[in-house]
Amino acid sequence: MMMDSENQGFEEAQLYSTRDQMENLVVKEQLSSKSFSNYRSAMSSLSETHHPLSLPTILTPADSDPLLAPTIDRDLRNPKASDRLFSEPFHFSDVNSVSFDGNNFSDVNGVESPSKSSESSGGLSRSSSSNSEYIQITVSNPQKEQDVSNSIVPGGNSYITYLITTRTNMAEFGGSEFSVRRRFKDVVTLSERLAESYRGFFIPPRPDKSVVEGQVMHKQEFVEQRRMALEKYLRKLAGHPVIRKSDEFKVFLQVQGRLPLPTTTDVASRMLDGAVKLPKQLFGESAMTPQEVVQPAKGGRDLLRLFKELKQSVTNDWGSSKPAVIEEDKKFLEKKEKLRDLERQLSAASQQAELLVKAQQDMAETLGELGLTLIKLTKFEHEEAVFNCQRVRAADTKNVATAAVKASRCYRELNAQTVEHLDVLHDYLGLMLAVHGAFSERSSALLTEQTLLSDLSSLKSRAEKLEAASSKVFGGDIARIQKLEQLKESIRTTEDAKNVAMREYERIKENNRSELERFDRERQADFLNMMKGFVTNQVGYAEKMSHVWAKVAEETSSYSKENN
Amino acid sequence: MEQERSIPSSLLSPRSPSSQPCLSVSVTDPVKLGNGVQAYISYRVITKTNFPEYQGPEKIVIRRYSDFVWLHDRLFEKYKGIFIPFIPEKNAVEKFRFSAEFIEMRRQALDIFVNQIASHHELQKSEDLRTFLQVEEETMERLRSHDSGIFKKKPADLMQLFKGVQSKVSDIVLGKEKPVEESNPEYEKLKHYIFELENHLTEAQKHAFRLVKRHRELGQALSDFGKAAKLLGACEEKAVGKGFSELGAKSEMLSIKLQKEAHELLLNFEEPLKDYIRAVQSIKATIAERANAFRQQCELAETTKLKEINLDRLVLVRSDKAAEAEVEYKELKAASEEATKRFETIVALMNQEIIRFQEQKTLDMGLAFHEFAKGQAHLANGVADAWRSLLPKLEALSVS
Repeated sequence: MMMDSENQGFEEAQLYSTRDQMENLVVKEQLSSKSFSNYRSAMSSLSETHHPLSLPTILTPADSDPLLAPTIDRDLRNPKASDRLFSEPFHFSDVNSVSFDGNNFSDVNGVESPSKSSESSGGLSRSSSSNSEYIQITVSNPQKEQDVSNSIVPGGNSYITYLITTRTNMAEFGGSEFSVRRRFKDVVTLSERLAESYRGFFIPPRPDKSVVEGQVMHKQEFVEQRRMALEKYLRKLAGHPVIRKSDEFKVFLQVQGRLPLPTTTDVASRMLDGAVKLPKQLFGESAMTPQEVVQPAKGGRDLLRLFKELKQSVTNDWGSSKPAVIEEDKKFLEKKEKLRDLERQLSAASQQAELLVKAQQDMAETLGELGLTLIKLTKFEHEEAVFNCQRVRAADTKNVATAAVKASRCYRELNAQTVEHLDVLHDYLGLMLAVHGAFSERSSALLTEQTLLSDLSSLKSRAEKLEAASSKVFGGDIARIQKLEQLKESIRTTEDAKNVAMREYERIKENNRSELERFDRERQADFLNMMKGFVTNQVGYAEKMSHVWAKVAEETSSYSKENN
Repeated sequence: MEQERSIPSSLLSPRSPSSQPCLSVSVTDPVKLGNGVQAYISYRVITKTNFPEYQGPEKIVIRRYSDFVWLHDRLFEKYKGIFIPFIPEKNAVEKFRFSAEFIEMRRQALDIFVNQIASHHELQKSEDLRTFLQVEEETMERLRSHDSGIFKKKPADLMQLFKGVQSKVSDIVLGKEKPVEESNPEYEKLKHYIFELENHLTEAQKHAFRLVKRHRELGQALSDFGKAAKLLGACEEKAVGKGFSELGAKSEMLSIKLQKEAHELLLNFEEPLKDYIRAVQSIKATIAERANAFRQQCELAETTKLKEINLDRLVLVRSDKAAEAEVEYKELKAASEEATKRFETIVALMNQEIIRFQEQKTLDMGLAFHEFAKGQAHLANGVADAWRSLLPKLEALSVS
């Protein structure tokens, strides 16, 4: 053993190449620690949706997509170097660590590939109904553009646009590949319009307007973070079976030039109209269409309505008058409570997952550093050797050093995949926001309905009184009769509005229900997949490490006390 | 965790138990005595031997840390040239806390210390060792306090101090101000090697210690994650709930394995590295001693030379002081010869000792590496087995 290791083990070249590999490890470590800090900052605020750097590229078919912005990919992991260092026979764990990525990463991004959907039961939950449907969205190519129209300041008002490329085989799109340029403001508009049209649905939350909180970031970093967040958001929308077919979404993805969706500023101008209509509202003589009425009361145009609904909700709370409809759906309330619990535990689990990832990261780092130090010791001992036993020691040290480096790499790779799996927890936490939103739509719809019912009943009683009073006067009081007519008109309008509100409420209730069902179903599948993936990874890498260390134990077994 | 290191250096041929001289010591049973700042740990030191000078085949005495220090200091004084094993550091802060782990590590280090002495072919013959292993506690205490007074101002030191001044004066007078050092290239190489080695080992030990910490941290993270998973499972239903519960339970179970491995690493990998460092430091101490001896030899040789010249001069002029000068000269010559002999002994011993050191360290580190690898493999197997057993359950849950 001594002779052999002398001859083959100690070429300067090989040791130096090992050092290069060490340095690669160090570089990679810096990169992945950056990805970790992204992950951590993602954890810290629920509404942030950006991913660690390592995420999108590794698993999606978009790996080879030239449109994708540069991110870390497998090439940096130096496969050639690993061949030199890890000359092991093919092992079960190799299969595990590579091919299971596809199987076990539950794709909350909504990116489906034909190959994935054809996989066995371990595959995606969403593949059942839409096996043949395929939509893939990528966001890339940020560019600075100038807003020429509203420039008060010459040369001012620039913004970033992103290239949004869609590939799909869905019939609704009438095309298989297309691109548009959109800015962040357009995304905000899209999310607002969707929120209006799809009340009651669990609509994935859009990226924050400001990703940076008190951090100083280079514009480039900020833009990259935003690009990733946008991509993730759009992919989530595409993953929603109803929203992906919505007009708003289609328009956003396809229509060239200016986004043809009403922006919130347009609503503000409607507010101006609303102010004109206010006096009419005040007297209960609204010329608004019932459809306008059923939208939840917002500021500006709906001052009176807000006031009334507030009064109503107070009434509801105190239970003094018996409103016609109370949220009596006990099952729903139970479900809501359960979801609140779920959210709490999800948040805790998500935090612990982050700490687990950090601990694995630290382990990888320290093993790597130990390996590096031992390599240096090996080299030193060998160079300075006067006695043969020193060369023997140097060889032993090298074996351990190599093993430590391999183990470090194992932990690093394990961790990269652990992050992806456990990120599902984080994603669902984000989705809880959407659930809240959907539930609050339901509440406000109910409130609207109750307010209108209450309005209706008070109008009717006024009409009754008026009728009773005027019947006492023979021939009628012209003023009173006119008043009565107006009241009757109001009653009719309010009746219509009430009916629309009731239908809206029922519609939202139904949306809630079907979404809850989908949510439960998908969550079950996604969580189980996550667990399987996580566990499979752990097994694979533990086996690999066991193999590495067993070899060293074998090589040093002559030193063991039992054998002496 | 008693380890009997009765195996002397592997250079000895295989032996039969009865005929071969054997001295085996174990340091066991740490007990905390005293209160507050006065508190200390006492150890049971069990000696099993067939050396004729020792009282009987087995003797048990009670010793404390300062007794070990006494033994070390005496051996250091008497056996210049030999690498006297370093004593574990007197860590005042840790001692104050007296954690179970600290006590165990110290006990192990002291055990190794005594055994290294007992297995050294020269040191094992030492009378001081015999004293240490045999005398009653009261005697030991007397010796210890007696020596700690005088030892601090060793007569040898005073002589050296005096001689140092003398030589400095003569150096300045003679225009030499550089301290005298050996010009032996091989020895230079050795010194350089030792100092470099210490740097490398210190770094390795630092990382080894961090690795222990990482194991603990990972264990803690798994435990916390497991708890959170279980809670999450409690508010989920059916399959997912069960899945999370199982996942959480496994996590918690693995956390225990990791804590255990952390402990093993500390004792079987980090401690041997620390021991290696201590051995290097004892070599450094011997290097210092050798430098001292060399300087002494040189100075005395110089002084003797001067004295000889002076004597010849006096004889020539038939001075009255010639006789006195001759006596002085003879004394000085004897001292010079003795100093030369001392120095040469140290050199010879060191050469032997280096071989012993290198060979011993290859064995020690080989064992440490083996235990390290074994422990890691065992841990990895445990982790793989635990998670693997969960997979069929998760599969079943997915289908249902």
